[in-house]
Amino acid sequence: MTATRVSVATAVLLLMLQAAHGAEAPAGASSCTGCHAAQAGVGAMRALNGMAAADIADKMTAFKGGSTPATIMDRIAKGFSAEEIRALAAWYAAQKP
Amino acid sequence: MTRASRRGFLEGAAAALLPLPAIAQGAAPKVVVVGGGFGGATMARFLKRASSKIDVTLVTDAATFTACPFSNHVIIGLREMAAQQFGYAQITAEGVTLAASAARGVDAAKRTVSLANGSTLAYDRLVMAPGIEIDWKGLKGYDEPASEIMPHAWKAGEQTLLLRRQLESMEDGGKVVMSSPATPVRCPTAIYERASLIAWYLRARKPKSKLIILDAKDTFSQQRNFQNAWKELYPDHLEWVSLSQGGGVSSVQVPTKTFVTDFDNFDADVANPIPPQKAAAIAQSTGLADRTGWCPVEPLSFESQLIPNIHVIGDAAMTGAMPKAAFAANAQAKVCAVAIAALLRGEKPAEPRLINTCYSLVAPDYGISFAEVFKPANGMLVDVEGAAGSSATNAPAEVRAREARYAEGWFKAITAETFG
Repeated sequence: MTATRVSVATAVLLLMLQAAHGAEAPAGASSCTGCHAAQAGVGAMRALNGMAAADIADKMTAFKGGSTPATIMDRIAKGFSAEEIRALAAWYAAQKP
Repeated sequence: MTRASRRGFLEGAAAALLPLPAIAQGAAPKVVVVGGGFGGATMARFLKRASSKIDVTLVTDAATFTACPFSNHVIIGLREMAAQQFGYAQITAEGVTLAASAARGVDAAKRTVSLANGSTLAYDRLVMAPGIEIDWKGLKGYDEPASEIMPHAWKAGEQTLLLRRQLESMEDGGKVVMSSPATPVRCPTAIYERASLIAWYLRARKPKSKLIILDAKDTFSQQRNFQNAWKELYPDHLEWVSLSQGGGVSSVQVPTKTFVTDFDNFDADVANPIPPQKAAAIAQSTGLADRTGWCPVEPLSFESQLIPNIHVIGDAAMTGAMPKAAFAANAQAKVCAVAIAALLRGEKPAEPRLINTCYSLVAPDYGISFAEVFKPANGMLVDVEGAAGSSATNAPAEVRAREARYAEGWFKAITAETFG
């Protein structure tokens, strides 16, 4: 029995506990669907569910840095750190489109 | 580590993660949500999504909800009221129980809500999303009968249609007067959107007419964008009178549709006073509001700072920097739903981030926006530094048109998420 096995077991347990009440979204994620409808084709903005994580993270980072023109995302992206952007991107990539 | 000690370790880890609260051991936890607007309807739906085990009851006496965003388009005849109305069929299909009655009182000690239909609902957690009511003592001379002559149209519905009919029947050459109160009020930016769209209507249909806004403020959100657009689009049709220019209205006189300021009287052909507001009556009578008239909440779970086990979201809540708007109510509801699910499991809610976006239409094809990101600090929600801001003041027409389309897209997305 190694420490690794214990931590793997703990991680699995944690995942099971999370799954039992639905994986929790990272901070800020729940606000996005106010504009980016979960269902594709609703509204004017692209649905984020199922987008590649790298794609979301690259776009958010470019909006934040001002290298991509934007109407509103340049302002919103400035509210999130690089780490928070990675967490948002990973979470939306894992959601069913 | 032995097998026994490993099991002990895992059980210990589980216990640390999931201390069982009393309610988790018995019947399904009960959450009652009062109010069926953007806050309450989103709340009921997302609570059920956060945990299907929670027994969720949505209390609303309206069979359909009438949305305020885009109701300024209804006033100028560009949109019909049916496009503003949403039902609860999808929400009940997802397992939420609908109590089609008005909440009349709350017994916070017994944790019960009494309804107008005579029934009583018990709760483990109560969510109040009752919205605003007009502060009838806030503007001298303005009471409920007066609002039938001088409609406020600040709650979408019959008032919206009354203002529309008055504008339609006004002679060309008439004068429309609006008054704007001090903040905080529901969606203050929508006052300037309304003024803009009425000016657009006058320019197109009744070009000898004019709109005047008498304001209790000297500054407002997106002021430069609005004022630049007014100069460009409505130089002859819209006049803004700031507080320091004498815009503060001290009273209104109903028969003559007169706005009285310290310096002058403004007689209107169509009068649209936006009166001061406060949290709705049920929030006041429950004791959730403080001297400001609004309900202070703590920023992780929106639990009342005054009464435990009751959460307040949407326009009635006082959160710090978040404005009273549909986007904000919907964003708060989703955070609050996850927080309540955590509290019912005996866990501490996670630290949230919330976004608010307010779109305003200065003309049907000319949109501007203000966006903010919020985080908890010092017991309230504050702006994340650097993230708050308006649309660029020098944006070309193509960008204004795109923001107008995005505004409509936002309305479709948020109403689909809330009701659809």
